[in-house]
Amino acid sequence: MADIAATGGHAAAHELGHPSHVQHHFDTSAQQFEASKLGMWLFLGTEVLFFSGLFCAYTVYRFNHPEIFAYAHKSLSVFWGALNTIILIASSFTMALGVWCAQKSNRPGLVICLILTLAGAAGFMVIKAIEYNEKFQHGKLWGRLYQPAQHDDHAADDHAADAGAADAHAAASGAAHGSDARPTDPAHGAAAPAAGHGPSAAFQPERTSLAEPNQLPRGGVKLSTLTAGGHDKGHGGPKPADVHNEHIFYGIYFCLTGLHGLHVLAGMVVLSCVLVGAVQGRYHAGYYTPVDLGGLYWHLVDLIWIFLFPLLYLIH
Amino acid sequence: MAGDAHGGSHGGGHIMPVYMLVFTFAALIILTILTVLVTRVDLGGTLNLSIALIIATVKAALVCLYFMHLRYDRPFNSIILGACVLFVILFLGLSTIDTEQYRDEIHWRQVELSRGP
Repeated sequence: MADIAATGGHAAAHELGHPSHVQHHFDTSAQQFEASKLGMWLFLGTEVLFFSGLFCAYTVYRFNHPEIFAYAHKSLSVFWGALNTIILIASSFTMALGVWCAQKSNRPGLVICLILTLAGAAGFMVIKAIEYNEKFQHGKLWGRLYQPAQHDDHAADDHAADAGAADAHAAASGAAHGSDARPTDPAHGAAAPAAGHGPSAAFQPERTSLAEPNQLPRGGVKLSTLTAGGHDKGHGGPKPADVHNEHIFYGIYFCLTGLHGLHVLAGMVVLSCVLVGAVQGRYHAGYYTPVDLGGLYWHLVDLIWIFLFPLLYLIH
Repeated sequence: MAGDAHGGSHGGGHIMPVYMLVFTFAALIILTILTVLVTRVDLGGTLNLSIALIIATVKAALVCLYFMHLRYDRPFNSIILGACVLFVILFLGLSTIDTEQYRDEIHWRQVELSRGP
């Protein structure tokens, strides 16, 4: 019978019991599976190219400004990043196990593996939410939203009266014109670390002296020179004098991890659909294409994170 | 016919032994720990970055070869991925070369960030 199906083609196969999951334009289940897989790999290829644009932005900015990355990445927690990496790898593993279960027609095993994979995805998103929340709380965002150190929020509006403004503007305008530079207020310097951490006051004079005049636009800088060291969760130092524009790092960070997070969410949707099919018993050794393809997508999400983790969190 | 098409082999699908999956998983975890530990050692920025990228590439290769079954798949799937990776390398490499050319001519200024009302 197999010989007839192979040589007689589609019509013969139908007469001899074309399996219900094989669409009429495929001769065999295997051919259909390979075609689906080829299509999936083409899609994954476009995904890789899609992400490469952001990786290019990362490469160019890091090449030109390694100091921004070396400084700003300290606000990312290696612990959360590593934990997320392990969670994602574990969920990739359970997904691979799930495909194995499907190949063995092990329905309960497949359901359990898919649930574990989804749990891993949810855990990843929860940790990502914790990390994002912390960034939002501390104003470590992209572009204009980059407003680190909440206790300095009023500094730019009220710089004449406030000691915090003196602290902030000493670096900026002092270097630019020297006209309205004020001596660093040690009282504020002591108050800032009280929120937690960095000895920003001690480093203020150095920042003032090291900032290059031609790097500062006329009119002073309102925010960028504000120290971000105070909220580094303890493992960041005071901001070096030659570091400007850290918001670029956060822009790239949020684009890369945000796009990746969207892929995680999409993967959760895909795997949920596969899970529904698995509960209904639609997959077996003869037909598990959706499990396999959903798995491939999930592994790609893992792959991208494998590169994101060292590039964003583990900068030396 | 039905038995054949349905057979355990699924035609083209390769069944990965579970112990291989476990080994791959263990290797990925070990490499993750390794890459975190290496970061704590100062080997110079370039070397640190190179090591981190090499470890990441090895991890990615493990995921592709074993979790994604590429090693046992039809080679065409590998060719697709390989071609994409090649173009990504070209993209990033040429961009780096390009930006290096005019790096000294760009005067980076500190961006003035204005606050909202």
